[in-house]
Amino acid sequence: MTRVHAFHGGVHPPENKRQSNGAPIRPAPIPPRLVLPLSQHIGAPAEPLVKVGDRVLKGQVIAEPIGRVSVSLHAPTSGTVTLIGPQPVPHASGMEANCIVIETDGQDEWIEHAGLEDYKSYTKSELINYIRNYGIAGMGGAGFPTDVKLHLGDDHIVNTLIINAAECEPYITADDLLIRERSDEILGGIEVIAHLLNPSHILIGIEDNKPQAIRALEDAVRGCHLNIDVVVVPTKYPSGGEKQLVKLLTGVEVPSGKIPADVGIVCQNVGTASAIYRAVHRGEPLISRIVTITGDAVDQRHNLDVLIGTQYSELLEASGVRRDDLYRLVMGGPMMGFTMKSDAVPVVKTTNCIIAATEEEMPPAPPALNCIRCGMCEQVCPAELLPQQLHWFAKGKEYDKAKHHNLFDCIECGACSYVCPSNIPLVQYYRNAKAEIRQEEAEKQKAEYARMRFEARQARLEQEKIEKELRRKARAEEAAKAQASKKDSAGAAKPAAAGGDVKTLKTAAAVARTKLKKAEKAFEQAKESGADNLAELEAAFNTAKQKADAAQQKLEQAEKGGTVAAAGAPDIKALKTAAAVARTKLKKAQSALKAAEEKGQDGIEQLRDTVKELEAKADAAQKAFDDAQAAPAPTAPVVDIKQLKTAAAVARTKLKQAEKALEKAQDSGEGDIAELEAKVKELEAKVDTTRKAFEEAEQGGSTPAKPAIDLAPLKEDMDKALAKVEKADAAAKAAEEKGLPTAEKMRAGVDKLRGKYEEAKKAYEDAEVQNAAAGGKPAIDLAPLKEDMDKALAKVEKADAAAKAAEEKGLPTAEKMRAGVDKLRGKYEEAKKAYEDAQAQNNAATPAVSAVNLDELKADMDAALAKVEKADAAAKNAEEKGLPTADKMRAGVDKLRGKYEEAKKTYEDAKAQGGAAVAAVAANLDELKADMEAALGKVQKADVAAKNAEEKGLPTAEKMRAGVEKLRGKYEEAKQAYVAAGGTVDADAKPDTVIVD
Amino acid sequence: MSAVLIAIIVLALLAVAFGLLLGYASVRFKVEGNPIVDQIDELLPQTQCGQCGHPGCRPYAEAIANGEAINKCPPGGQSTVDALADLLDIEAPTLDAEDAGDPVKAVAYIREDECIGCTKCIQACPVDAILGAAKQMHTVITSECTGCDLCVEPCPVDCIDMVPIETTLNTWKWDLPKPGVELIATDRGRGEAFEKGEAA
Repeated sequence: MTRVHAFHGGVHPPENKRQSNGAPIRPAPIPPRLVLPLSQHIGAPAEPLVKVGDRVLKGQVIAEPIGRVSVSLHAPTSGTVTLIGPQPVPHASGMEANCIVIETDGQDEWIEHAGLEDYKSYTKSELINYIRNYGIAGMGGAGFPTDVKLHLGDDHIVNTLIINAAECEPYITADDLLIRERSDEILGGIEVIAHLLNPSHILIGIEDNKPQAIRALEDAVRGCHLNIDVVVVPTKYPSGGEKQLVKLLTGVEVPSGKIPADVGIVCQNVGTASAIYRAVHRGEPLISRIVTITGDAVDQRHNLDVLIGTQYSELLEASGVRRDDLYRLVMGGPMMGFTMKSDAVPVVKTTNCIIAATEEEMPPAPPALNCIRCGMCEQVCPAELLPQQLHWFAKGKEYDKAKHHNLFDCIECGACSYVCPSNIPLVQYYRNAKAEIRQEEAEKQKAEYARMRFEARQARLEQEKIEKELRRKARAEEAAKAQASKKDSAGAAKPAAAGGDVKTLKTAAAVARTKLKKAEKAFEQAKESGADNLAELEAAFNTAKQKADAAQQKLEQAEKGGTVAAAGAPDIKALKTAAAVARTKLKKAQSALKAAEEKGQDGIEQLRDTVKELEAKADAAQKAFDDAQAAPAPTAPVVDIKQLKTAAAVARTKLKQAEKALEKAQDSGEGDIAELEAKVKELEAKVDTTRKAFEEAEQGGSTPAKPAIDLAPLKEDMDKALAKVEKADAAAKAAEEKGLPTAEKMRAGVDKLRGKYEEAKKAYEDAEVQNAAAGGKPAIDLAPLKEDMDKALAKVEKADAAAKAAEEKGLPTAEKMRAGVDKLRGKYEEAKKAYEDAQAQNNAATPAVSAVNLDELKADMDAALAKVEKADAAAKNAEEKGLPTADKMRAGVDKLRGKYEEAKKTYEDAKAQGGAAVAAVAANLDELKADMEAALGKVQKADVAAKNAEEKGLPTAEKMRAGVEKLRGKYEEAKQAYVAAGGTVDADAKPDTVIVD
Repeated sequence: MSAVLIAIIVLALLAVAFGLLLGYASVRFKVEGNPIVDQIDELLPQTQCGQCGHPGCRPYAEAIANGEAINKCPPGGQSTVDALADLLDIEAPTLDAEDAGDPVKAVAYIREDECIGCTKCIQACPVDAILGAAKQMHTVITSECTGCDLCVEPCPVDCIDMVPIETTLNTWKWDLPKPGVELIATDRGRGEAFEKGEAA
């Protein structure tokens, strides 16, 4: 026999077990309605598998477990599911919870079921899962899912299995009767548990107030091969508490906060063992249990085998309840049970007893008195706590201290309340304190979790910001790079380079063409007026023509190269356009012909010819295009394409001619005029065919700023040629004097050299002329450039604002918009650069122009300043009022200020130049003086006003003073400008004399 | 005389030695940041609601460490104020809120039929508890919601409600027993019956 130990404290309340342990277990009638709460145990509620209206059979799974600590639910009898929803459940709160309600059909029809033939052939996890799926939860009280306890063998060394048969609470006899009648089932269950946990020792703890049960158990154990001891313990409440029973049977104390498994012990209730036996050997899930119905308010106090889900009212009726006498309905024992607010609650897997008490039996709790610090509670506490201290802490909400006094080791057995002479409901204090602490901890945990999530979000947002910035930078860099490479390719004079080069050449060609025209015009004018430098002009014209030709050649070469590089693709496009153009022109010519025919004009024949020709050309162009498209071979098409392109170009030219001729013919009605015009057209044609620029001789011909640089080598060439001529001349003269036979040849050579010299000289002079001519040009270009720039800027700003707005709103398009803005900004930069270049050239080449512009610039500047001030005032206003737009306005002010700064700078630059070109500015002297004087007048006026305001102590005085200062600055500027322009300032006109600080 | 000198020298040496030791310790064991901020932050409810006027709980914790009032956290309620007062060892002021009662725990609920999928509430949520995409219905992940109601204001169609968290069987808790009727000993045993009689 095993030695019985003792646990601290404990009480001996009246047992009241005799009332119900006399009668055998009887099956309870099948009720018409079963209510099955989805959560009958600690852990997550099960998930329903049935729908309302489904017919279920006895033993059918109706809800499956969710999560680790959860078990399934089965239909206790056959019937129909009528409701899945909130129903009153047996809980101290009296609240409702989700239940499955089954309307029974009375047939009690089983689902097909069978136990395991040889459970030992299954793996442990399979077997444990089987038990879990059969809905077995601890039947002692807490309803802890049994499978979780059976898994304890996995990570704990279990050497002792304790079967709890103590049943220490008064009134309850369910386990007593179960042991008496079904000890074989219990033994079978123990065998299964022992198989799973493999303990070295099995102890069945039973109180000595159940002699019949003890005898039944001992009989059953005798025939068992397992090492089982039935240990009879003295009757003392609460010996059935898990930790207390462990202490009683083994003398081992389970440490605070630990479970028995930590000391190698697992406890199971006898009811659970029986349920396991039924599940494993018979395939019956946990659908019924033994419930003690007792109390003075029922006639028959007995134990019933009750289907889970049977409502209390059914059981009370079956036991002959006297409703009038029923004062209190308690679920569980009198020590730990709860008073039920309604008898509509169902029996669940943990319901072991229902006490229908009369008022005499369970009188209302007497009012609580003050604690007298008697210490009786400490003496009876089975957990060896200090209930009195815990009471104070719970009452004063000092939960930390309560926790330190091991509040959570309290098993809420009620022994302390039972003995309390002041009738203090101690357990209720502890329950409240525990709940508060749990809630606090849960909130803390949630707060910690929220903090983690918040910080993670912040980190993510920060990361996103950085990434965005990086992307933007990368894009800006890329754009800058692209621009740089564009410029590089434009700047490099490699004839083989593609697109960009061709473009430059084209512009160069265009420039050359214009120059040629100019030269021609000058030549013709000179011819008409009979100027004496006719020869020189002619030479200049010829040189220009040569250069134009050269440029054209270059361009063609470059284009050819470009075509090779680009594998003909862009040329096909060009051909297509050419073909389309030819077609359109043909149509035009046709319609013109028709019109001419209708009007009966002469020249129709010619028109007809033209149309025919055009038709042919258009066909040719189309064909060429088709060919080019059809044969995209890299080398062959190049030649073809080139030819075709020329053809197209020729067609275009001729078409133009024809058009013009047609017009003339239509205007004058004379065919001869067309012929007359032909000469001019010829020249034009030449220009048109040679409409590309030259390169080496006049690299800078494309940009007006460069000719000055080019003059030097030209001059050098000229000088060299001259030197050669002189040398050769001297040599020739020497030879003549000596009568050498080579003299004549030398003379010829000298002539040739002189020709070359003449050419070089002409080129030089020509360049010089062009330089001079080019000087005036940029001034004209400036306006459109500026316009372009401004437009680009406006676009950039608009796009930027849109992008910002989008970003603020977090629209997904914001990034694209930002990219667009960057692009626009690039364009703006280009436009600005072009403008600045042009301006620089303008300034360098024509100082007179800037002098003229000075006033305009100043006006611009002033206007900008005024805008800045206005915007600033508005922004300040907005800021004072705290308007949300203030930030934007401020940004706008900054922008305006930037513009003003620009305008000012331009103005100052122009002024500096103006200063250099004194003569030009001199004309403006009077104007400047007037400006200055006007400014002075304003300063004086403003000053007077400011003083006035100051005297009156107006709040605007400060602003006015600032305005005065500004005006004075303007006056100073005007004065400076005037002085710079050559004016003299009267000493008494100094503003200092009128402004008193 | 020499004894005095020796004493002075010994004391000076000791002073230097301990000075060095302390100097080294102050460098070696330097505490990064203010530990009190972490402690305060731990007591705050971490709803990140900004009702205190700070952009989150930690900034408020920092502000408290720098002397700001501790009663500006409505979600924390009076209990948080008390806890903070306890930590900082100051007198606990009353909560500075319109309804100074215990805060009602609530979670945001989006009436999904009315949601237009503007994502504004998603951007407002400090703990990423709202799920959804542009032009898609949004929903609140209840378990993640701190009930800070920052999402309510930005909603253009006012489809977000703050729904009080209902007590379930798992969150239900026992009430503290009502303070006993202070009866004299001879009244013992009459309890509720006594009260009943009085009521009747």
